[in-house]
Amino acid sequence: MISILNAVLFIILAPLIGGLIAGIDRKITARMQGRMGPPLLQPFYDVAKLFEKENVVVTPSQNYYVLSYIVFIAVSGALFFSGGDLLLVIFAFTLAHIFLVLGAYSTNSPYSFIGAERELIQIIAYEPMIILSAVGMYMVTKSFFVSDIMNSPIPVIVYLPGIFIGFLMVLTIKLRKSPFDLSTSHHAHQEIVKGVTTEFSGSGLGKIEIAHWYENVFLLGFIYLFFAFNPVIALAAIIVTYLIEIFIDNTFSRVKWQYTIKSAWIVAGTLGIVNLAVLYYLSGVMG
Amino acid sequence: MSYMKKSPWIMHYDASSCNGCDIEVLACLTPLYDVERFGIINTGNPKHTDIFVVTGGINEQNRAVVKNIYDQIPEPKVVVAVGICATSGGVFRECYNIMGGIDKIIPVDVYVPGCAARPESIIDGIVTALGVLEKKRQLMKEPAGKTDVTGGEKK
Ligand code: SF4
Repeated sequence: MISILNAVLFIILAPLIGGLIAGIDRKITARMQGRMGPPLLQPFYDVAKLFEKENVVVTPSQNYYVLSYIVFIAVSGALFFSGGDLLLVIFAFTLAHIFLVLGAYSTNSPYSFIGAERELIQIIAYEPMIILSAVGMYMVTKSFFVSDIMNSPIPVIVYLPGIFIGFLMVLTIKLRKSPFDLSTSHHAHQEIVKGVTTEFSGSGLGKIEIAHWYENVFLLGFIYLFFAFNPVIALAAIIVTYLIEIFIDNTFSRVKWQYTIKSAWIVAGTLGIVNLAVLYYLSGVMG
Repeated sequence: MSYMKKSPWIMHYDASSCNGCDIEVLACLTPLYDVERFGIINTGNPKHTDIFVVTGGINEQNRAVVKNIYDQIPEPKVVVAVGICATSGGVFRECYNIMGGIDKIIPVDVYVPGCAARPESIIDGIVTALGVLEKKRQLMKEPAGKTDVTGGEKK
């Protein structure tokens, strides 16, 4: 049931795909702003450069936190693509971000401190919706295992439209895109210097960047699950979703953390719960 | 193969400039000049910086700030002084509180003249700085004492 090959493929290929997506993202963003934009491979140049730089640390422990962050992100993604238990994937994923937060706290800088607190707020904001997504998939396919959901002939999206919209909403938080890029932004400038990543430099920052690529590929894989009955539709859905995310990123300005948490919870509470309630009712009717 | 030259990240600090040069530095980021096509990004964070761009002649209040930012930038790093104020103090040179040039406080690698320096010359200065940056990276890798700072062999 668990495919080791897929896990290995994910660990090798995800940074390449994630970096490429980041490059396309920057190109499209630039075009939307009427600019030429950097070369397609710019994210790879950036990370390669970071590994050539000096790694200035405030405390040696921050290196271990970053290492734990990237390892747990890779593990949760590998578990996901090898067809593992969705709940385990989600909690390993959350744990990875806790390591990032601890790393930021350990540096004792006021900016990374605020960034770390905002990262925690973001986790609180998106976590209910992601868990509801897993629960919804269980209700439809009767399994928490990604491999079962993948191979299920049921068109999950038809049963979970509300959950899907809710998931898109928290996806904006996870991709660190405006209007919810509170803790750190993938854009250069931001109001709290650089949030959680402020005190990381050189190879440490490079690792955070690679972890973010892993994370993005994992999240896009999650969209795939909604459309797993037809791979062509699923790929199209991923592309359309990402384009919408880029569009939203370039259209909205950053909101306050109160608004982020409220809107994420209201969407999870209405669309998510109503969707599940309807499913529950239907399953009762149809037996 | 080095990627230093392909992804220079910049930090811009206004050390008591009249704001003229700052506007020109920001003009480089607009769609007209779009320096991001060379991979140049304006970060607000010294720890993510490769090129430190300073405008203005530095006064009593911010000399410590400039020094502090410079110290926080990880190696290899270069400093570009933009505008005649940053180069020598310019029209403010005689003021009682002006240091008169960035190089009074930190080592400067590239001077960009002009009042205000035009975006074209700023970009030219940054591109020159890339060469210096690459040289410093190579020096960093060599064992200490083999070459002196100017790049020539030690006798
Ligand atoms: S060089 Fe001219 S434009 Fe630039 S800061 Fe000095 S006075 Fe202002």
